[in-house]
Amino acid sequence: MHKYLPHTREDIEAMLKVTGASTVDDLFSSIPKKLRLTKPYNIPHQLSDEALTKHMKNLANQNQELIIFRGAGAYDHYTPSIVKAIISRQEFLTSYTPYQPEVAQGTLQYIFEYQTMVCELTGMDVSNASMYDGATATAEAMFMAHAQTDLDTILVSETMNPRTIDVIKTYAHYRNLKVIVVPMKNGQTDLEAVTHLIAGKMGLIVQNPNYFGIIEDLHGYSDVIHQAGGLFIINSEGQALSLVKSQGEYDADIACGDLQSLGLPLSFGGAYLGYLATKMKYVRKMPGRICGVTTDVDGKRAFVLTLQAREQHIRRAKANSNICSNQSLMALAVTVYLSAMGKEGLVKVANESMKGAHYLYTKLLQTKKFDILFNQPFFKEFVLKAKFDVNAFEQACLAKGILGPLHLGEGKLLFAVTEKRTIEEMDQLVELVVNLV
Amino acid sequence: MKYYNTLIFELSKQGRIGYNIEERKIPEVSLPSHLLRGTKADLPEVSELDVVRHFTNVSQKNFGVENGFYPLGSCTMKYNPKINDELATLPGFANIHPLQPEHTVQGLLKIYYDLQSMLSEISGLKAYSLNPFAGAHGELAGLMIIKAYHEKNRDFKRNKIIIPDSAHGTNPASATVCGFETIEIKSNPDGTVNLEALKAVLNDETAGLMLTNPNTAGVFEKDITEISRIVHEAGGLLYYDGANLNALVGKAKPGDMGFDITHINLHKTFSTPHGGGGPGSGPVGVCEKLVEFLPNPVVRKNDHGYYMDHAQDSIGALGLFYGNASVYLRAYVYILTFGQEHLSNIGPMAVLNANYIKDSLKDLFELPINGHCLHEFVFDGLKDQSTGVKTLDLAKRLLDYGFHAPTVYFPLIFSQSMMIEPTEVESKETLDQFIAVMRKIVKESLETPELVKTAPHNTIVRRLDEAKAARQPIVKFKDIK
Repeated sequence: MHKYLPHTREDIEAMLKVTGASTVDDLFSSIPKKLRLTKPYNIPHQLSDEALTKHMKNLANQNQELIIFRGAGAYDHYTPSIVKAIISRQEFLTSYTPYQPEVAQGTLQYIFEYQTMVCELTGMDVSNASMYDGATATAEAMFMAHAQTDLDTILVSETMNPRTIDVIKTYAHYRNLKVIVVPMKNGQTDLEAVTHLIAGKMGLIVQNPNYFGIIEDLHGYSDVIHQAGGLFIINSEGQALSLVKSQGEYDADIACGDLQSLGLPLSFGGAYLGYLATKMKYVRKMPGRICGVTTDVDGKRAFVLTLQAREQHIRRAKANSNICSNQSLMALAVTVYLSAMGKEGLVKVANESMKGAHYLYTKLLQTKKFDILFNQPFFKEFVLKAKFDVNAFEQACLAKGILGPLHLGEGKLLFAVTEKRTIEEMDQLVELVVNLV
Repeated sequence: MKYYNTLIFELSKQGRIGYNIEERKIPEVSLPSHLLRGTKADLPEVSELDVVRHFTNVSQKNFGVENGFYPLGSCTMKYNPKINDELATLPGFANIHPLQPEHTVQGLLKIYYDLQSMLSEISGLKAYSLNPFAGAHGELAGLMIIKAYHEKNRDFKRNKIIIPDSAHGTNPASATVCGFETIEIKSNPDGTVNLEALKAVLNDETAGLMLTNPNTAGVFEKDITEISRIVHEAGGLLYYDGANLNALVGKAKPGDMGFDITHINLHKTFSTPHGGGGPGSGPVGVCEKLVEFLPNPVVRKNDHGYYMDHAQDSIGALGLFYGNASVYLRAYVYILTFGQEHLSNIGPMAVLNANYIKDSLKDLFELPINGHCLHEFVFDGLKDQSTGVKTLDLAKRLLDYGFHAPTVYFPLIFSQSMMIEPTEVESKETLDQFIAVMRKIVKESLETPELVKTAPHNTIVRRLDEAKAARQPIVKFKDIK
């Protein structure tokens, strides 16, 4: 017997009788004999709950929990306890995609609330119910631009996270689309270069704040891109949108990015979620699920998946995207987080992160062991060029339980600071720099 | 369930807060205002209790696996063990940054490595990459591998993917996203591949065949060896959609059947929670000759420990980091709770349960495919359709009795499809209750058909006006006002 397999021998015998088979094996008679397994899998032995708990704790202990000054797409923000408590409720956790809306109003309602919050943050008309992560959401934005313009080349700013660019390139290659990386100028996307290249392209994708933490000045872009007939796509991570100019304010056509920074644990890179939002005029080109409001036969307000004639289960080969499972539970986590933080709290978190980053930046410069690489306004990440052995620095950090900045090559270090980093922790990091030989 | 009809935004009151954040005594920063947003995002202003009570009320408008039987065909709605959640979220997993040096994440990398190996063993494929975020993402990865393989052979003509008409919609959609043309072939009446139809479309433009086995009607492809032979002879590759792998656990391996590539839905076969639509996970596995094309990274081991390998010929990166790590952790724990002693019982018990329901109800429902099914089966509506009760009505009436509905109107090869998959976790008592309710609903359908046609009656909302939602899309709070 096994705790997840309830049948007793008597149950099995009684059930077999109904099926007319004499053994359970007989039920598999459709599988040719030579394909049927004759021995158990070569996998580990069963572990009791106690042994399994010990085993997992032992493995968890082989990962170092560090004081984190690294971001580059994954951010160590604080999450209130209620987020995990709510997303652990089995009604949310164990249910399927809300295809039976009468018994899935819970999922549908939070999707609607999530969509509302994404629209608030981005200034867009309509959001879908989530994408896998920020990079795949951006690749899907490229597909939307392709579907809208019927052109096959996208411009991508060099200031984007190179990991996102890699994913865009993977998706583009297999869809027979081309990616042109627009060179940057002093850490910012170069509008002049974009103006020069945009004709005949499906659009431009930029990241704001960009990979180096710099808050880009994106005024003037939408005119240039729209005049050329392209779409303007801005990738922003969620937390930053509480402060920096939103996609809607820049008259972008598609907003996308990752929302891990809004209440999700680092969890070694997943599960996170991507968001995708757009103007209503492009909604029919949008991938993924969308929840809308309607009424039931008694006139009660209710929620339901809508505009489904874009999706794979209806349109098959002609669907906008192949996405089916998304990251729904993570969208719930973000919705709970944003509800708790609220209008003021979210700004506070961003502001505290920004304050910390600027404090650390100033202190690090005072050590005289860095050169300024870009003199540009930044949010919670920044790059400095080290005048010392960066590998020795990383080892010194790890020895003190600190995950230092990400090395971008040639001594360029990408630091990240969130509201969780205390003054003492920042001072300790500076001290490590000072003490480097 | 109570009809709780309040949105979080409707609870908002200016000045109320639900957070507790320290303001450090360090200098404020002022940035050029033209780079900043004009107004704050209009998020709710509520207390912490408001938030908790709101989402608790919202949750109670949902039906989960712990509420009752969830016989949703092709979705494999198993019990999601609590210990999986507890152990997958230990601080030593939850608080780890994805860009930490490898020597500081050896525990996680060991789990990746071991899970890759266990999936290889269970499916009979040589190697796995865990990166894909969901089943459809795994399909996309697999199709990219097919394309990369033919490109490497400079066989550029192969741009067609063959897919039976009984397949999930994601198959043709993934083929399109990957830049392939889909050739749909008509299935046999039981949804299996029609060999003649397949032979007729195989040629030097064939990139591969995507197959779900057992298929969406719960039938094993009896000709799989022959299918494999002719596809390979034509120069194509054979893709296994792992959506229905649960049926085969303990009984057969896709690799032995000649499949070159598979994806596995961890959120189905390996019991990670569906989460109301995600996160899922769709690791992609390949045979020996395709290992070099797996998406980056793949975790490997050498004398110094575990490391992430980035292969030169890889199809590339499919996500910012390495997929849904928190999902793999749950699947890993799940497999170890069974071990080699018990894992092989999963398929047999799932199949027994499906056959038991089918044979207990086939006198009342149209059964389009005779004989034993595997983990799921399809009824094509009522045997007696004289009162006009349709599959949709039956599904809605089930909700009234506290059961989730089966998958309806899929597969598309039957007009009144009702696809039932009980999984191995359900007891005979639960199945008997379900069977009794189904029989009762059939009786109602004949005696009081209006009652069934207007179901559900006991749910918090009743049938919805879906056309209205599409006609005037209201997709955010401000659209209501």
